[in-house]
Amino acid sequence: MIAVIDYGIGNLHSVQKALERVGADVCVTHDVETIRAADKIVLPGVGAMQPAMEKLSRLNLIPVLDQAVQDQRPFLGICLGYQLLFEYSDEGGQVKGLGFLQGRVEKFSSQSGLKIPHMGWNRIVIEQEACPIFQDITDGADVYFCHSYFVNPTQQDIRATKTDYGIDFASSVAKDHLFGVQFHPEKSQVVGLKILNNFNNM
Amino acid sequence: MLKKRIIPCLDVKDGRVVKGTNFVNLRDAGDPVAIAEIYDQQKADEIVFLDITASYEKRGIILDIVRKTSEKVFMPLTVGGGIKSVEDIRALLNAGADKTSMNTSVVQNPKLIQQGAQRFGNQCIVVAVDAKWQDDHFEVYIHGGRTPTGKDAIEWVKEAESLGAGEILLTSMDGDGTKDGYDLPLTDAVSKAVNIPVIASGGAGKLQDFYDVFAETKADAALAASVFHYKEFSVGDVKQFLSEKGIMVRL
Repeated sequence: MIAVIDYGIGNLHSVQKALERVGADVCVTHDVETIRAADKIVLPGVGAMQPAMEKLSRLNLIPVLDQAVQDQRPFLGICLGYQLLFEYSDEGGQVKGLGFLQGRVEKFSSQSGLKIPHMGWNRIVIEQEACPIFQDITDGADVYFCHSYFVNPTQQDIRATKTDYGIDFASSVAKDHLFGVQFHPEKSQVVGLKILNNFNNM
Repeated sequence: MLKKRIIPCLDVKDGRVVKGTNFVNLRDAGDPVAIAEIYDQQKADEIVFLDITASYEKRGIILDIVRKTSEKVFMPLTVGGGIKSVEDIRALLNAGADKTSMNTSVVQNPKLIQQGAQRFGNQCIVVAVDAKWQDDHFEVYIHGGRTPTGKDAIEWVKEAESLGAGEILLTSMDGDGTKDGYDLPLTDAVSKAVNIPVIASGGAGKLQDFYDVFAETKADAALAASVFHYKEFSVGDVKQFLSEKGIMVRL
């Protein structure tokens, strides 16, 4: 069973339905025992980092998520859920994240003349050929992004894909069984469903 | 590189699509979910539902449609029309909408932009602007284009951006329904005035119109309704045309 973490942030319905479409057994939950029993975890989320961390903390979910990572259960962070995996974010001063991975979350520079948010379809260039969630995904496939901040991982070798938006940023990371994607697989039509299917089949 | 987006818009009234009865292969040509699925197959980049249901009692119907659509179609979905409060935004997002588009309500109460953006993030707050050239400026209209506001469109989009809007859906009232092409001066002025994405709307009649708006303005997306509904061409035809002329789109 995949536990989709429900902490009152964003559109869980789409994530749930997309996972169900690829045949996953899904439970949308913030119940600690259910999450502890789940085979896999999906941490979704949109919006700002600080309220997200506050809600995870208030629901007492941080230890059980930490345990899932330690247990090497497949874990996928999506969009804000991806950014939360890292240590710090520049959003609203300096906000502490979950710190499962080393690195920080930074804002795109508006001086580049690029529009912020980075909103729409952009390509992913695969950097980890063997990454299980990108199997059978075409290099350079377009996926849907919607974000103003990007992840800058300390260890660049955890980057699974990169995407060009003024800079080449880490559009996804993979380390052991921990994955994070900045784009929305649940909104990326066939390509996104394939990525979720790969995750479900791990 | 970020692709230019092509967005079909469906006008929905009491749960039925009011334009677009030309989909002959559909068992129910007024079913918004079925039409959304067709646009999904055509590789539309997003879909917009504009709820024009007049009766307040019937407004729950759109939530059901959003829910059903987001179970079938895995692409970004924007819903506009009649959204007056943070609670309305929340209900739509929970039903499966990714973005909510507001027009009259945010002109009357600009704080709603700020409240929505703080609570749900800028990315889901789209400010829809209906504008019309008047003497020496583009005037903002509300109530579906019936009421002039005295607001200058360029000033208003800047204000909306500073309050936390994540995107502007810009409709030219001069262009809307004419099929004479997008309003290039308006789109150019607005897309230069803000640093958030701008969707051009109103006036699309032929393939060249889509090229012109991307070649001559900084618009990020182009929205159209009737040309897609009446199958003058498909979303795929537009993208093929743009791609051949060197505009980056998702094929």
